Amino acid sequence: MSARQAPALPIRNRKSTMAQQPETRISATTPRLDVAHLAKTYGSGEKSRTVIEDLTFTVDAGEVVCIVGPSGVGKTTLLKCLAGLHPASSGRAAIDGRTISGPPPEMALVFQDYNRSLMPWLTVRKNLILPLRHLKLPAAELKERCDSALSAVGLSHADNQYPWQLSGGMQQRVAIARALAYRPEILIMDEPFASVDAQTRFDLEDLCLKIRKDFNMTILVVTHDIDEAVYLADRVVVLGSRPARVLRVVDVDLPAPRDQISTRSLPDFARQRTEVLSLIKRPA
Amino acid sequence: MRNVKIRNWVIGGGTPVLLLAAWWLLSANSSDPFFPPLETIIVRFQELWLFDHFQSDVLLSLGNLFLGFAIAGVAGVALGFVTALVPPVRWMIDPLIHFLRGIPPVALVPIFISLIGFGTGMRVTSIALAALFPTMIATVDGIRGVSNDLMDVARVYRLSRKERVLNVLLPAAMPHIFSGLQVSLQVAFIVMIASEMLGSSQGIGAMTLLAQQSFMTADMWAGILLLGVIGFLVNILFSLLKHKVLSWYIGSRRMARAA
Repeated sequence: MSARQAPALPIRNRKSTMAQQPETRISATTPRLDVAHLAKTYGSGEKSRTVIEDLTFTVDAGEVVCIVGPSGVGKTTLLKCLAGLHPASSGRAAIDGRTISGPPPEMALVFQDYNRSLMPWLTVRKNLILPLRHLKLPAAELKERCDSALSAVGLSHADNQYPWQLSGGMQQRVAIARALAYRPEILIMDEPFASVDAQTRFDLEDLCLKIRKDFNMTILVVTHDIDEAVYLADRVVVLGSRPARVLRVVDVDLPAPRDQISTRSLPDFARQRTEVLSLIKRPA
Repeated sequence: MRNVKIRNWVIGGGTPVLLLAAWWLLSANSSDPFFPPLETIIVRFQELWLFDHFQSDVLLSLGNLFLGFAIAGVAGVALGFVTALVPPVRWMIDPLIHFLRGIPPVALVPIFISLIGFGTGMRVTSIALAALFPTMIATVDGIRGVSNDLMDVARVYRLSRKERVLNVLLPAAMPHIFSGLQVSLQVAFIVMIASEMLGSSQGIGAMTLLAQQSFMTADMWAGILLLGVIGFLVNILFSLLKHKVLSWYIGSRRMARAA
């Protein structure tokens, strides 16, 4: 587990070209995303393997929640259950009280491996359009959605290029833009910044926070990087391993807006990352 | 870099020219009935194919070839999709595919010819049937090779079944499909000639064999020359099509190698 110190790198300040939405959060008594006693077991009988055992946590509307845990803990399995790709073995996950049984229309997912989640035969813009085709949008709205998503991730100039012509960080931004153009209410990201360099990673983390602000999205990020989780999240769900269970939900009380340099050098930042780290390091 | 390219072109284009020149010179005064002078062959080539028998035989052969290949391509891809995506069909056909994979497609030629006969329709059928399997097997392999991540993306973004097939699986399997089509094209070409040689009276293959049996060796060589030229041109056409359809694949492979 890397324990990075606060970076001394300059952080580019990306100006938003997006129409700023008023910063109102949907207030609701039922949580947006409700995971209750979720369990996932593969196989049956003696060969069965329980990957997730009894996970319970909630994500409120407009929140950024990070899920951290040691590698191999079953984080990806959890996301696949939430995205409706795998059925849960018991318990349930629900959006606004409705149990998830297939991919929910209000959800988009950014995958860990941008290399294998973008269509290499489509240009950047066509990658964005593919999930929108069946919505049968008017041409003007289709264009507007793609334009604003691309400009939100700073890739307006690359819309006619192919993903494989771009760097890893840019490809992951294309994957994020594809999710944005889909206009989800809930955005789920599976270790989205795991395979990009440190500078790009900081940029993408800030992009993630900007998306939350500009699009008023509910965001769930799975990561194994504790610093990243504390930096991004309103709350951090700490998972223990084999089988996965919730060790603790840590409320992060760092001031907004977060900033790569000042936030990471706060004493509270150090305290909270230590709190999360000691939960993970503690023998289960 | 540029110079190397030009040099390669000169070597690549110059060698056949040199060989032809050597053939021309060495055969110039030949009285061997089996190896007539190249000059005679070329004169006969011009007399026979440009354009006396062009319509009756050359176009007929080419028409059979393209029709048979087109049917094989479309049906091979379609059957490949059904085999890969419909489990009961997959269970039935899988063992057959493993068996067929081991047989060189050309070895199937005699079966089709003896089963199907020699009329024009029959010839197209035998070309199509023999050329079908390489494309079908490659399509099945291609679909199986599509990454789960890509299919997860398609499901999360709620693509319809039709979109998943046409906009994800088909393009993703296209590199495999094209290598299958390449083999199918060769098989189609071979079956075209073989089906004409066995019992037909029309077509380039029939003409060439007839010439050989009537000891008109210059005509025979002219036929072989024509088949070579056709094969060469057809392959160039195919390769142009491939570069157009698979430009993304070729580009990404080049990029991956450079990295």
